[in-house]
Amino acid sequence: MKRAQILLAGNPNVGKTTLFNALTGLSAKVSNYPGITVEAKRGTVHLPSGDADLHDLPGTYSLNARSAEEAIAFDSIIGTPDAVVVVLDATQLARSAYLLMQCQELGAPCLAVLTMIDEAKTATPDPATLSALFRCDVVAVTARTKLGIDQLTRAIDHTIKAPHKPIWRWEPAPQLRVRLDAMAAVAGSDAQALWALTNVEPRTPGGSPDDDELEISDELRAAALDKTGLDLDAPILARWAWLDREIPRLIKKPVDRSRTQNIDRILMHRVFGFAAFLAVMTVLFMSLFWWAQPMIDQVDGLFNWVGDRVRDGLGEGVFTDFLVDGLIGGVGSVMVFLPQILLLFLFLGFLEDCGYLARVAYLMDRIMRSMNLHGRAFVPMLSGFACAVPAIMATRTMERRRDRILTMMVVPLMTCSARLPVYTLVIAALIPGSALTQALLMVGMYLFSVVTALAAAWVMAKAVKPLKAKRLPFFIELPPYRFPRLGDVLRMMWSKASFFLREAGTVILACSIVLWALLAFPRELPDGSPDYDAMIARAETAGDDKAKEHHKAEKAGALVANSYGGRIGHAIEPAIKPLGFDWKIGIGIVGAFAAREVFVSTMGIVYSVGEVDAGDDESTKPLRQALTDAQNPDGTKAYTPLIGLSLMIFFALACQCMSTLAVVKRETGGWRWPLFLFGYMTVLAWVVSFLVFQIGTLLGF
Amino acid sequence: MPTLADIPLGRAVVVRDVTGGNAFRRRLLELGLVPGTSVKIVTVAPFGDPLRIAIRDGEWSIRRVEAAQIEVDAPSTSEVKAP
Repeated sequence: MKRAQILLAGNPNVGKTTLFNALTGLSAKVSNYPGITVEAKRGTVHLPSGDADLHDLPGTYSLNARSAEEAIAFDSIIGTPDAVVVVLDATQLARSAYLLMQCQELGAPCLAVLTMIDEAKTATPDPATLSALFRCDVVAVTARTKLGIDQLTRAIDHTIKAPHKPIWRWEPAPQLRVRLDAMAAVAGSDAQALWALTNVEPRTPGGSPDDDELEISDELRAAALDKTGLDLDAPILARWAWLDREIPRLIKKPVDRSRTQNIDRILMHRVFGFAAFLAVMTVLFMSLFWWAQPMIDQVDGLFNWVGDRVRDGLGEGVFTDFLVDGLIGGVGSVMVFLPQILLLFLFLGFLEDCGYLARVAYLMDRIMRSMNLHGRAFVPMLSGFACAVPAIMATRTMERRRDRILTMMVVPLMTCSARLPVYTLVIAALIPGSALTQALLMVGMYLFSVVTALAAAWVMAKAVKPLKAKRLPFFIELPPYRFPRLGDVLRMMWSKASFFLREAGTVILACSIVLWALLAFPRELPDGSPDYDAMIARAETAGDDKAKEHHKAEKAGALVANSYGGRIGHAIEPAIKPLGFDWKIGIGIVGAFAAREVFVSTMGIVYSVGEVDAGDDESTKPLRQALTDAQNPDGTKAYTPLIGLSLMIFFALACQCMSTLAVVKRETGGWRWPLFLFGYMTVLAWVVSFLVFQIGTLLGF
Repeated sequence: MPTLADIPLGRAVVVRDVTGGNAFRRRLLELGLVPGTSVKIVTVAPFGDPLRIAIRDGEWSIRRVEAAQIEVDAPSTSEVKAP
């Protein structure tokens, strides 16, 4: 027998997630609606009549489609569900009942759950009176303690079996009535006809498929375009007139909001509030930057250890190399993101659930807006200093697709922690001057990244059509402060992490293996190479370990130079020569695509200095020396300070990170945006490095 | 007619009309900002914008340019409805 399909609908911030978790336990599965960045969450709920699927709809205030979320909620509700559970917030009864009214007008089999009764306390309306007013089952539930959950599952069963028909509480004006009747055949119902009339606007010329366009038949669209003589605000006003007549008499006294007001007296204060905000953001940033590092090192260490054991067990060979460097290394390069993802979403979950994240948007909106970004883009941008991957995942806290994509397009410009080893190496090896000069240059790279990210946002919002700011209000709710539930936060954290592993992780793993293969094959030396094996054997018999290691590193360097990746490095030399880079840096750039810090170890192999650990200052010493001493065939220095600067600028601006591209692909549901991101950043990097190197050369540096 | 953007902090006024494009106006109406509703500015963000406003049982953040599209009764003549 087909399982009953139950929808859970409600405003944001009404305890819908807690209720969903209480109903479904650990059975929830998170996926994406096809093609768009809206989460589709589904779980199993045990009803007295058997198991049913519970679908958590995105939180919406209305079913009119001004965002992808609302369009989904509408489409789901007209898709003949067996029951629709609408959440009524006891502290915001009228507003949450507006959504219930819309669902009932559509004729959906509705029932209502009254939440936040522990907060409304004695101001809680009586469920039986509400039930009589709304002509559907109403159950009061405290999801935290699961009080009322059994009663709710029984009510769902009852609603599934009960007959249902549309309930309208207002009379359409005569002209509207005529139009609704005329459209009934095409639209399916009065409410769907009204919905189409309210939401269908003429297509903007040249509108792209990225506009949140409505999926409706051309016939209905055509019928809904003619709005002559209709006042489509009137239905909204009529619903509110009904609510304002019926609801106030159910509420005996106003809800006590003193707790939130007292906290906001400090947190929303112009001076103290801003100071508190800076403190919270500092902790968030420091935790991503410093606390995640030991965990990242542990993950790294674990995969290195496993790799070494496998190598010891299997002995040298192509298959071992594939297993250790390709597969195990690739899985490691996916897992290494987990500490930052878990930490960021632990923080975000708490901040969101307690109500502070909306206030961050309020505090930062003025600054972010001047760059055409949403106030909520602040946290992802800040997280971008640690790593673009979790930062891009964090853009989901923004409601509109346009805001999310614009933020995703600029977050990768922020100086992430993977760029640091590259900067450290280049500054130490190629930039002369005191420690202070070098430190200032590092600070300069950070400032440079902030300026370019903000400028890029400003330009793209003006120049890239789908990212242009539409005239939509920045109207966000500042919900009451509430204690977050650890269970909800952990569940969210886990669903983000598993989503990343499943969806982005697979792409990252595949790319890691391809990159490994590029640098590992063909496993042969070019004709006319010195006989390294003989040299290694001679050193071994002579007992000269140092010479042996040296010859081994020389062989590795020669192999990489002759690999496919190495050949790409050679091939792109003409393209990067104007930036001051030689083919050796070209190989480094190819290798860095796996992750920017891999540049350091790749250069270590190319320069035959043996294994280099990007995080270990001591182990990069020989490489630094090699870069400082490197010479062109004509005896001049291969790398000048100017080339160092050009290289840092290139790394600051280029999208040298397949993981970023994989996660953008996942979040935007296609290759279009990651390709755009890669394209514009590469062009930007090339042009700016070109200008720096060429102008610098002209000036005689 | 004065708009919400002209009203000093903390003074409750009554919404007369919401202007602006369909999407903007209808969203505000749907959230309960219908003519006759009491509204007041609670605080202003550190850089002078946006505003934190109280409507019905909730608080919202709204930009000044958007508040300027909410026409309200002049404070001197308004009859303030208790929330």
